Amino acid sequence: MSVESQRGINFREEEIFGRGNPGREGYTPPWSGLAALDPESALPAGALRGELEGFPSLSEPEVTRHYTRMSQWNFAVDLNFYPLGSCTMKYNPRINEAVARIGGFSTLHPMAPQEQAQGTLRIINDLGRWLCQISGMDAATLQPAAGAHGEFTGLLMIRAALTERGNPRKKVLLPDSSHGTNPASAVYCGYEAVTLPSGPDGRVDMAQLDRVMDDETAALMVTNPNTLGIFESDIIRISRLVHDRGGFVYCDGANLNAFLGKARFGDMGVDVAHINLHKTFSTPHGGGGPGAGPVVVKRELAPYLPFPVVEHAGDGAYRLEYDRPQSVGRVHGFFGNTGVLLRAAAYILSMGPQGLAQVAEAAVINANYIRARLGNHYHIPYPGRCMHELVITDKLQAEYGVTTLDIAKALIDRGFHPPTVYFPTIARGAMMIEPTETESLETLDGFCEAMIEIADLARRDPESIKAAPVTTVRTRLDEAAAARRPQLRCSLCG
Amino acid sequence: MEFPKDLKYSKEHEWVRVEGGDTAIIGITDFAQDELGDIVFVETPKIGQDLKAGESFGVAESVKTVSDLYSPVAGRVIEVNPELEGRPELVNESPFGEGWIIKMKMEDPKELESLLSAQDYRDLTQKG
Repeated sequence: MSVESQRGINFREEEIFGRGNPGREGYTPPWSGLAALDPESALPAGALRGELEGFPSLSEPEVTRHYTRMSQWNFAVDLNFYPLGSCTMKYNPRINEAVARIGGFSTLHPMAPQEQAQGTLRIINDLGRWLCQISGMDAATLQPAAGAHGEFTGLLMIRAALTERGNPRKKVLLPDSSHGTNPASAVYCGYEAVTLPSGPDGRVDMAQLDRVMDDETAALMVTNPNTLGIFESDIIRISRLVHDRGGFVYCDGANLNAFLGKARFGDMGVDVAHINLHKTFSTPHGGGGPGAGPVVVKRELAPYLPFPVVEHAGDGAYRLEYDRPQSVGRVHGFFGNTGVLLRAAAYILSMGPQGLAQVAEAAVINANYIRARLGNHYHIPYPGRCMHELVITDKLQAEYGVTTLDIAKALIDRGFHPPTVYFPTIARGAMMIEPTETESLETLDGFCEAMIEIADLARRDPESIKAAPVTTVRTRLDEAAAARRPQLRCSLCG
Repeated sequence: MEFPKDLKYSKEHEWVRVEGGDTAIIGITDFAQDELGDIVFVETPKIGQDLKAGESFGVAESVKTVSDLYSPVAGRVIEVNPELEGRPELVNESPFGEGWIIKMKMEDPKELESLLSAQDYRDLTQKG
């Protein structure tokens, strides 16, 4: 049985500003016995915020309901299928949450003495070792807070190593299918980002690489499998070519879900990679909140890892090692987002080695199942078997004036989150579908049937698709006006 | 879809209009704006910046994607379209007119000969 979306109880909800009554409060502590303080006489003028005049005074249930009502307008992986390509929106098991809430972890002060933080330090050390085993690398830092942060950290290490060799070099090569964060990270590290056109099969073109890889190129940043969901089958030859000319191979590990427990970056000749714990290792994406993008490196780059590094001393104790003269420095306050690290550690332990390998199997089978079912209804620009995600386009529907954006909106009415759209940019009108391993056959069938129905309606009644979504609180938005004339501040902030 | 005959075109979908001598106006084509969709932001270079042929001089951001703008010829930027900051939609509405992006002093007007004619460019857009 597949789920079907319908109208539920949704509340009209206005801005919180201008509501409530002065003096209404959420929580009132018991009276302390002290006289009330006049802030204007007690504090310097610079510490007073005049613009807070008119700040709403509300009770706790009013505030709770405001945000809960707005959350009902939203979509979440806990509601239904969320096939957002490259983002790996897999279900986040509740056992991870239980572990992260254990008091010994959750109440630990970040400045607690090391001897009182042995449990958390051990988890950091263990998780780093496990990620190295899983990826075939030698050393790790768990500080970076996201994938792009990991890219930046990894490239800083490459830059430091090349600088020590005498020349930091000038360029970083990137396939044209790469994530947009890759060229941004290269530029932030002072490199020129050079785009490498993909071959006709969507893979890195060896002849192109051979032509542009020179002694001013610091690194190749490659994503494997790439954003088309295709395995870079030449990866060992690619790495050898880059190494022969004195460069490093950076692997964007966003798609590790595809070969978890099956293949390892280290065996592919990769020198440094980041791993998105909020993708492959099932920690929450957090709506822009804390994530984690640990970086794993080969031995040669280990001296450049950010400090402090957690070391396991001979006496059994875990210690923070700050004496790292070649380190690129800190990239995060304290030890990274430890709550996220704990969740990933819990996931790895609860899955075990065989469970992690099954993740890759199911993720790849699920993507290929969707590819096989949609192949007669949508254009597939790069045919052949895919890994954990697939790219389809709107080419067949465009004949009737129905675009990728329309198809995405029509999916919302059918209870599904749209896939990633218009990326990768090398496939015109791309939809990038990543089912992940956590979905049942019934869910995959429900999604495929919705997609097939949309393709059918695109031909018979295109206007119905172009009118979508109609079941949501807000229907088709004027995205161009929202981006051209954004109103980013609330009325209270002026 | 318009392909004005008096302009020169690059494979990267920019057009060049020669304004007499070595001054050229550069924008993106009707085809390019149509592919990008509603343009919401255009990042322009600084006046006085020197550009090589093929060098990125800015970015066009649409609701769908972000795309680099490439200078079809070498030269120095002498003017940028001041209207685009407040009204990026001009690039959609009038790609060859009010939606122009930069004006430059070309280093070598002979470089124009290596660019595409309207017919060649039209053929290019119909291939993909």
